[in-house]
Amino acid sequence: MNLRRIGTSLIAPVIGLLFSLAITAIILVAINASVSTVLSSMWSYGTSPRAMSLMLNLATIYFLSALAVSIGFKMNLFNIGVNGQYVLGAVAAAVVASNLTLPKVASVTIAIFAAMITGALWAGIAAWLKVARGVSEVISTIMLNFIAIGIISYIIVRTGIGTETSLNVRGTKPIPESGMLRGSAFIDPGTSIYGFFFISIIIGIGYWFLLNRTRFGFDLRATGKSASAARTSGVQSNRMIYVTMFLSGAVAGLVGLPYLLGDTGTYSLQFPTDWGFTGIAIALLGRNNPLGIALGAILWAFLDISSGQLILEGVPREISTIMQGLIVIVVVISYEVVRRYQVKSEQTSVAKAMAKQEEVAAV
Amino acid sequence: MTYLKSRRFIGAAFTAITMLSITRTITSNGDLTSTVTIAQALVFASPIALAGLAGIWAERAGVINIGLEGMMILGTFGAGWAGWQWGVWAGVLAGVIFGAIGGLLLAVAAVTFGVDQIIAGTAINLLALGLTKFLAIVLFTDAPGGGQAQSPPIKGDIPTFTIDSIVEPLTSLHETGIFFISDLAGILAGLFYNLSLLTIITFLLFAMTSYLLWKTAFGLRLRSAGENPWAADSLGVKVVQFKYAAVVFSGMLAGLGGAYLSIASTIYRNGNTAGRGFIGLATMIFGDWRPGGTAAGALMFGYIDTLRLIDTGNQNVKGLILLGAIILFAIGGLMLRKAKRNSAIGFLLLGSVMIGAYFSATSFPPEVAQVAPYITTLLVLATASQNLRPPAADGIPYRKGDNH
Repeated sequence: MNLRRIGTSLIAPVIGLLFSLAITAIILVAINASVSTVLSSMWSYGTSPRAMSLMLNLATIYFLSALAVSIGFKMNLFNIGVNGQYVLGAVAAAVVASNLTLPKVASVTIAIFAAMITGALWAGIAAWLKVARGVSEVISTIMLNFIAIGIISYIIVRTGIGTETSLNVRGTKPIPESGMLRGSAFIDPGTSIYGFFFISIIIGIGYWFLLNRTRFGFDLRATGKSASAARTSGVQSNRMIYVTMFLSGAVAGLVGLPYLLGDTGTYSLQFPTDWGFTGIAIALLGRNNPLGIALGAILWAFLDISSGQLILEGVPREISTIMQGLIVIVVVISYEVVRRYQVKSEQTSVAKAMAKQEEVAAV
Repeated sequence: MTYLKSRRFIGAAFTAITMLSITRTITSNGDLTSTVTIAQALVFASPIALAGLAGIWAERAGVINIGLEGMMILGTFGAGWAGWQWGVWAGVLAGVIFGAIGGLLLAVAAVTFGVDQIIAGTAINLLALGLTKFLAIVLFTDAPGGGQAQSPPIKGDIPTFTIDSIVEPLTSLHETGIFFISDLAGILAGLFYNLSLLTIITFLLFAMTSYLLWKTAFGLRLRSAGENPWAADSLGVKVVQFKYAAVVFSGMLAGLGGAYLSIASTIYRNGNTAGRGFIGLATMIFGDWRPGGTAAGALMFGYIDTLRLIDTGNQNVKGLILLGAIILFAIGGLMLRKAKRNSAIGFLLLGSVMIGAYFSATSFPPEVAQVAPYITTLLVLATASQNLRPPAADGIPYRKGDNH
């Protein structure tokens, strides 16, 4: 039974991958590119030590983002606001850490807390709007994303917090080396794996433990499955909305930190601002399961990184974005088809068993 | 009913112009209600309005359309690609068709397969973004005047109309600076100055939607698919077909909105939508899933965007702050009369803060105007969401034969 469950949960992503590969192949043929050359180029570059290191770094970011989204998903809350939460969290961390001269452990810890608190508070606005004013979190978090970007551009362009960084881009004051978490280069000698790689593994385990082994996690999942049933059994759903959004926002606050503390050391106006949407896609692929999310994040990062040298073959690297979009849509559809098939087969098996019993009774 | 409606409309317009006029008089900033400002605000508002209208069609049939942004992106691309080769009207057509393809994709995922609609929409946004970026590189890089991220210029222009015999006298009336009259003149003149045919089409689409969805049997059936599809099905309404039609038409409208954007900037450019699909969604909620309110929301976004972008003396944003304060005071006063004390105090307090800001600062950074529409939307949702009424079965996957 368990084996069958694993089988059916794997079948959807596999179909998604194959289908998206097929369509990608059609697109490549349409632009007169060789499918085999493209795929072998992606594979050979993607599996090189340097690309693997870059991939793990990017996957770390995606993993955190997807984890933040999936905490909300578990309770049927759509946190589309991870973008806003993480950019504000990253700015808070950058500002705090750049003004500290403490030992590394203390400085990084403080930066992490600053980011988590900022992200949680920003998400908390959406929670308050939902609980107290009945505003759907889908729309409020989208608005809050735009507002966050505006606030940051104000802080960095017009206040003393922003300075000229290299390349004539304004950003926060650089974080001193003692506050950075660059990690170590253990796969490719020239490329460090972010220190946050390990922190995110710990967070993933913590997520699994919290959801599956604690009373809170049970309440949260129960509310997600049936809010009315959970309420009847004594779960305070408003409190759950607050706690879930705070948690989701706190994890979201961390999304920018691997890159901030592992690479740039400053939040500049060139800091990526759309990792939150990637997180939504990966949370869907991984079905809100930390292991599934990790695999999804690695796949996503692999496509991003391995397409980096495609331009040498005359193919735009955006082919990987198309593949990602196709994978998501096909996987989501096949999950639904598989689920319907399961429900139907359960119904028929129950009906068969019942029919047998009736036959026996009749005899 | 119509009498009541037109009275309400005239009342709202009268109040809005009075507030604008008070602000204009205090700030003595004629730009706030000038002909050019209003004409430009219409250009900025139209694509957002089309996205909002697209949202109305999908959600009235019970399908949440977060994929509006993606369908709009497809529209911008279609317009750039076809408009560059075969002229501007081919661009409009291609934008609509590309948007429709996005809509069809959402319908297949959300209606046929019953996938969570927000998830399906998010996937479409991703796919549209990747596909257009990819195709832009493939198709535009070597084209004359094109680039990796933009198309060559779109050929030809959409006709625009300026009725001089109306605009000129009204504009000179605007310059007299008489309270109310001058502002009314500026706004009216703006409606007849450089008015694009696409803006007129947008307006007609709004009128058509109000009629079709609320005054015909077709509209009743379509809305019944969004309110209670199971009951509708029991009465013989072909729910799935209606949902398909609504979502595909939603995609067409969003695509037209995208085409409008490309044509207004004469090229397709990566990222030209800049979240306008989401903003359209916000205006739809702001407008209680109805055309009139949605149009008002889109005009607000368009107006604020215009003031921010034509801000030469750095005074427009300051004017907006005062306008915001006046509006907050007005709403606060209204709440006091309705004996909603807590909300009233909230509004009056916020209004006072803005008045304080207005008098203490000589100018405001453009970022204030950048975030103002989003904060306004949140404020509207926070105060009015109990009165907003989305379609009852909005977002709920429908399967024929399911019990509910």
